[in-house]
Amino acid sequence: MAKVHVRTTINGEEKEFLCEPADSLLGALRDAVGLTGTKEGCTTGDCGACSVLMDGRLVPSCLVLAAEVQGRTVTTIEGIANGHALHPVQQKFLEHGALQCGICTPGFIVAAKALLDTRPNPTEVETRYWLAGNLCRCTGYDKIIRAVLDAAAALRPEA
Amino acid sequence: MQTTRYEAPESVAAAVRLVDADPGAKVLAGGTDLLIQFRAGLHRPTAFVDVKRIPELVDIAVDRDGVRLGAATAAAVICEHAEMRRLFPGLVEAVQLIGSTQIQGRSTVGGNLCNASPAADTTCALIVNRAQCIIAGPRGERTVAVEQFCTGPGKTVLQRGELLVSIRIPRPSPGTADAYLRLIPRSEMDIAVVGAAVSLTLGPDGVCTAARVAIAAVAPTALLVPEAADALIGSRLDEAALRGAANAASAAARPIDDKRGTIAYRRQVAGVLTKRAAAIAAERVKGRI
Repeated sequence: MAKVHVRTTINGEEKEFLCEPADSLLGALRDAVGLTGTKEGCTTGDCGACSVLMDGRLVPSCLVLAAEVQGRTVTTIEGIANGHALHPVQQKFLEHGALQCGICTPGFIVAAKALLDTRPNPTEVETRYWLAGNLCRCTGYDKIIRAVLDAAAALRPEA
Repeated sequence: MQTTRYEAPESVAAAVRLVDADPGAKVLAGGTDLLIQFRAGLHRPTAFVDVKRIPELVDIAVDRDGVRLGAATAAAVICEHAEMRRLFPGLVEAVQLIGSTQIQGRSTVGGNLCNASPAADTTCALIVNRAQCIIAGPRGERTVAVEQFCTGPGKTVLQRGELLVSIRIPRPSPGTADAYLRLIPRSEMDIAVVGAAVSLTLGPDGVCTAARVAIAAVAPTALLVPEAADALIGSRLDEAALRGAANAASAAARPIDDKRGTIAYRRQVAGVLTKRAAAIAAERVKGRI
């Protein structure tokens, strides 16, 4: 069976890759495109480790077919920082020590950025619900929530 | 090894041709059920027919008569839609309960219907809003009421070559509001043990003039319960009327015993949620009058 030739925009760059029709976007990002920052956790949409933005919308890349991103835009964890300047969410994760093993971290950061893109001043409850689809099995959630709320404060213009 | 194709038709007619020509093809909407089932080996489609490039499958069109909801519109898009929230707060509540933020970015109401889980959250809320499924097929279009669309767990009325295109929801008459409640043992990310949806119309004097009640996860399909609605119609939603609706919902429930709950528990909860959802819908109407 012929492979699918996909042309898409990933982190602002035009990319093309070949994939099998049933390959996941997660698999294509890691294996065909070579962007291994997006992590594979459950592959059933439960853990959030593979979160990416597709046309600006937060999605689990394990439940997107790679062929679906033809002509669409994808943002992965590699596209969150501005060159060498970390995004405030990344910076605050470091400052708050909001990670241990790091497998869940790219998914949390992409999801948190998606939250702050639309809601600059989320409450703690909103933040916890928004991130409820991202599972962390070592740090626990408290430092992560503190980091995201602190990043939100850092992103808001001075009152 | 059997191969799988990926197709992304841009019109309903092209999608119908694809699924009609190939009985092994599966329609791909959000993929939050289909791709999990595929990777678990439950089915091996010969093709994924991705319907999200078909404009009328991914939009929400509001007119005088109501709303036409594209079957493959993402849950998040529905929840952000101001008119959907205003017209159908209960339905939006049900949509919002499905999965995480990530899943909301993918999952669809059409997919929720076609997956035909007895515990689907949106089905009851569609039923009480008198929603109709618009189905396209090789012999043209047909319309099926949502309460008749699912015929059992994982089974629907869709025939070979047919595709759920959209869901038509009539504009609620003045003084109408809906509500949906489900019971899960935690606050998020779970499958309903029981769900209940209610839509009520109240006259200016507070008397209930029309009602629809539907319950989920207590039978092989979501159930419309006219006896529960009858208990509410003509009343001012006093305690006796609410208790009557609750008893009717409990009586209509024919649940199974499983790890999520026993038969007796589900029966009772079906009544409790019906009563509470009716009270919420009534409060919503009063907020609007």
